[in-house]
Amino acid sequence: MIPFDYAAPATVEEAVALLAEKNGQAKILAGGTDILVQLREGLRRAELVVDVKKIPELTDLNYSPETGLVLGAAVPCYRIYENAAVAAAYPALADATRIVGGWQIQSRASVGGNLCNASPAGDTIPPLIVYDVVCRIAGPKGLREVSAAEFCAAPGRNVLEPGELLISLAFPPVAPHSGSAYQRFIPRNEMDIAVAGAASWVQLDPAGKTIEKARIALAAVSPKPVYAEEASVWLAGKPANEESFAHAGELAKKVAVPIDDMRGTREYRVHLASVLTRRTLADAVKRAT
Amino acid sequence: MDKRAEATDTPEYKVIGTRPVRHDGADKVTGRAIYGADVHLTGMAHSRILRSPHPHARIKSIDTSEAEKIPGVLAVLTAADFPELEDKIAHLGEGSVNLAFLAANCVAKDKALYRGHAVAAVAAVSPHAADEAVKRIKVEYEPLPATTWVLDAMKDDAPLLHENLRTDEMGEKGDKPSNVASHLHFETGDVEKGFAEADVVIEREFRTASVHQGYIEPHVATALWNEDGRLKIWTSTQGSFTCRQQTAELLQMPISHVTVVPCEIGGGFGGKIAVYLEPVAALLSRKCGRPVKIIMQRNEVFEGTGPTPGSFVRVKLGAKKDGRLTAGQAWLAYDAGAYPGGMIGPGCMCVFSCYELPHALVDGYDVCLNKPKTQAYRAPGATQAAFACESVVDELADALGIDPFDFRLKNAAKEGTRRVDGPIYPRIGLIETLEAARNSEHWKSPLEGENRGRGMAAGFWFNVGLKSSVSAHVNPDGTVKLLEGSTDIGGTRASVAMQLAETLGIAAEDVHPIVADTDSVGYTDVTGGSRVTFATGMAAYEAGLDIRRQMAERAALLWECDANDVTIEGDDYSANGNSMTFREIAANLHETGGAVVGRATVAPEGSTNGFGCHIVDVEVDPETGKVTILRYTAAQDAGKAIHPSYVEGQMQGGAVQGIGWALNEEYFFDNQGAMRNASFLDYRMPTCLDVPMIDTIIVEVPNPAHPYGVRGVGETPIVPPPAALANAIYNATGVRMRELPMSPPRLWKAMAEKAGSRE
Ligand SMILES: Cc1cc2nc3c(=O)[nH]c(=O)nc-3n(C[C@H](O)[C@H](O)[C@H](O)COP(=O)(O)OP(=O)(O)OC[C@H]3O[C@@H](n4cnc5c(N)ncnc54)[C@H](O)[C@@H]3O)c2cc1C
Repeated sequence: MIPFDYAAPATVEEAVALLAEKNGQAKILAGGTDILVQLREGLRRAELVVDVKKIPELTDLNYSPETGLVLGAAVPCYRIYENAAVAAAYPALADATRIVGGWQIQSRASVGGNLCNASPAGDTIPPLIVYDVVCRIAGPKGLREVSAAEFCAAPGRNVLEPGELLISLAFPPVAPHSGSAYQRFIPRNEMDIAVAGAASWVQLDPAGKTIEKARIALAAVSPKPVYAEEASVWLAGKPANEESFAHAGELAKKVAVPIDDMRGTREYRVHLASVLTRRTLADAVKRAT
Repeated sequence: MDKRAEATDTPEYKVIGTRPVRHDGADKVTGRAIYGADVHLTGMAHSRILRSPHPHARIKSIDTSEAEKIPGVLAVLTAADFPELEDKIAHLGEGSVNLAFLAANCVAKDKALYRGHAVAAVAAVSPHAADEAVKRIKVEYEPLPATTWVLDAMKDDAPLLHENLRTDEMGEKGDKPSNVASHLHFETGDVEKGFAEADVVIEREFRTASVHQGYIEPHVATALWNEDGRLKIWTSTQGSFTCRQQTAELLQMPISHVTVVPCEIGGGFGGKIAVYLEPVAALLSRKCGRPVKIIMQRNEVFEGTGPTPGSFVRVKLGAKKDGRLTAGQAWLAYDAGAYPGGMIGPGCMCVFSCYELPHALVDGYDVCLNKPKTQAYRAPGATQAAFACESVVDELADALGIDPFDFRLKNAAKEGTRRVDGPIYPRIGLIETLEAARNSEHWKSPLEGENRGRGMAAGFWFNVGLKSSVSAHVNPDGTVKLLEGSTDIGGTRASVAMQLAETLGIAAEDVHPIVADTDSVGYTDVTGGSRVTFATGMAAYEAGLDIRRQMAERAALLWECDANDVTIEGDDYSANGNSMTFREIAANLHETGGAVVGRATVAPEGSTNGFGCHIVDVEVDPETGKVTILRYTAAQDAGKAIHPSYVEGQMQGGAVQGIGWALNEEYFFDNQGAMRNASFLDYRMPTCLDVPMIDTIIVEVPNPAHPYGVRGVGETPIVPPPAALANAIYNATGVRMRELPMSPPRLWKAMAEKAGSRE
């Protein structure tokens, strides 16, 4: 590991200044569960590591049923699933934060870090996409917003410019008769990276029979977590039953363009995309009623 | 709960069969035990190794000049620093090794034969400086075509690893260079005749991937080359004497100049017998004049050590309608990795070892290819063979409509059965083990629910004897210090000490076992081959007899009588109305002539045998192919369970490793021959969430070759799981899996293909 400097600014402005000064040679540290491993293995290099956990906006978690959730980018997973109101409001997010690594990892790993790391298999990213989360970004040119579905650019790359950092993730308030779920497939029961993952969000009619709106997103089946638009749009107005879920699964798998690797074959991952879509839709509907 | 099958006519023991706290327990659970990584010596340098990025390449040149310029670098080493070695075979107790190959495996000479093959090493004042320096070593490689699948490596046009290697066919060398190092052939009766007599004949082919032993502690060694030419090594090894011998031979120095201090060992399973780091650390220490420590990273462990062979096995079995086997034939090709000497021998011996086969023919091939040199892994070679044989046995029983237990019991090997490689079994406990499994609560309770199935399989492994030496010193407080040379991997301090305690009639806690270095105890072979509780235990028993004799002499001195008149009952010594306990005599040692030292060296001939039988219930997710293990029971003949908890622990640990091998573990190579999953993240060993409690049934059919009836138990339990799981998966899904691992993508594909062919 190459030596690097360390800074822990207390404000967003200071952080932006440090990052801008290093022009790409600084790396941001939230929980460190990705970045420390990458620095040690020489996959990334840093002259300066900027720890953002001292910045209040990044460690705050604010939830109200009226305004929704504003999740500081560095809030670790356990603070999400241990917060009963948040876990009930955003069950797909709770599902995902409960399975990232194990307890030790969850006590450090943040959702913001998971998103910024931009792994195709990042477990919390599909939930962010189905909730249509807005990513709030600060940089030398001020603040800007990007939707979660647009945030990742390629494996390990996001849309942030040098000098920018992610401040928080804004979740809309919970819609009536809505439910959501995230599932991933791994060969073991822990300590694994998703072979494929799917999040589903649905909003039903008041009778709970018909799907009014749906959003589906997939992980580990394309260069970045992806919104399954055709399947999501198709579901609107369809009966909330197994047949619809299965058809949506077939449509969702069209966006799956996975690779063959030690974690699974292309063919298998495409198949899993439809299975997990179906299963998470069924869960989401159950949770909505 | 102690679920040992009732054994009749076993003698009453005071210590044996109880469950005392292990002697090394407190140190281990409090983190005080000294492992290899805990060794810190004054002035110690840290070393890192440069490894080949190519699976097969000629090394054209190595330029270390830039590395030497890095601040803090103390020494750089390449193969040129090793003495020239001819092809000489060194016998290491369990197995033998060609020294030239062994040296080249430690540091590649003219060719790198696998990705991860060590090419050079640096010693520096810090690990970071060493890290930087290895990156500056310039190696010019000429990449060569590579092969990582055993059948490909056997082809005539396969890339050759060793220009001078010719196939050994029962002593005769082949006429042209080949990757096939040897061809073994075993035969009994006339298989053609046997198959002609059969009503049903089934022949199937099986493939298994390379798997690693997966010990939690990476390889580590610290060496100190003294000014006077003596070498001291602290290391994590299964055999300190074997390590001493290999190191001395590779460095061409007398064994008496080398001392090996075995540290606590965080698992070995067969993979910590061959040396990797010790000679490198020693040469670096000589070069830089400081102690040198090398610790492997996990990816180095995967890419540079182990694994156990990937294999191709074809098994053909014939049986009569009544279920009697008439003949068996097997063709096995195991990969040896980069250098000859894989696990094909035991594979051939074990393939049919559970059955009485009037006619049998076995051919086996030891094949070099571009993977790390394979090493032993718990019952080396037996698991691959049993996967094949026990799957075909299951299919045969199914085809004949015979219960799998009835079928196996009808054909089970017993006293007098001749194994295909020659030996005739003495009293063995396969039948008792099968019966215990069949009578288990598990087998008798129904399995209900969709996508569920139950399977079973039997397994066999040897217990080798080899050589063990112990000495034991009686303390004046009546305790006994026991010095042994067997490194303790599976609780053997306890199981060996308990045998000495039993012999002396004292408490297990009153024996203090010490695993001593090579200067402090007599020659002892490796901890391997399920031999320590059996053979080192036998030495402890003999040393106990020696102490008893001497203690009787001391009592006789005190009572002024003839030592032959002293009778010994447990810890009670008496003669002519006098009586003293062991402790009382010990209190008088200084008055009766000083210390009592018992000693013994044993070298039991041949091997004895351990059999097991496992039952497993699975549920298969029909959409993903993921297998969930619902329930698991392992039954095994332990001969006599000295410390039942550690027998159970061995059975459970072996079963779990077998489950990992069966379901998910594999070396995953890309088409460039590079391993893509050299981490515990992607090399998927089971975690505690992946296996249920493994229930155990200890069967005790005493081993006639041991004073307390012990049979080794460490290895047999890894043998049955893949076959038991394959049989269970068949019963759950109707699909016969013939390739390991039976990972979700593979099983899903097989199920989809079966569904497709039905439509
Ligand atoms: C043992 C283990 C198991 C794991 N298991 C899983 C798993 O099951 N599922 C899964 O998805 N992941 C897993 N991971 C990966 C990792 O834990 C997650 O991606 C985690 O959410 C990262 O969060 P972090 O806070 O630790 O990020 P860090 O490592 O601190 O940062 C991650 C990346 O994001 C950047 N970054 C962080 N914060 C910001 C910010 N505010 N603005 C801009 N850039 C930022 C960093 O520079 C870095 O590039 C595992 C990792 C380990 C070590």
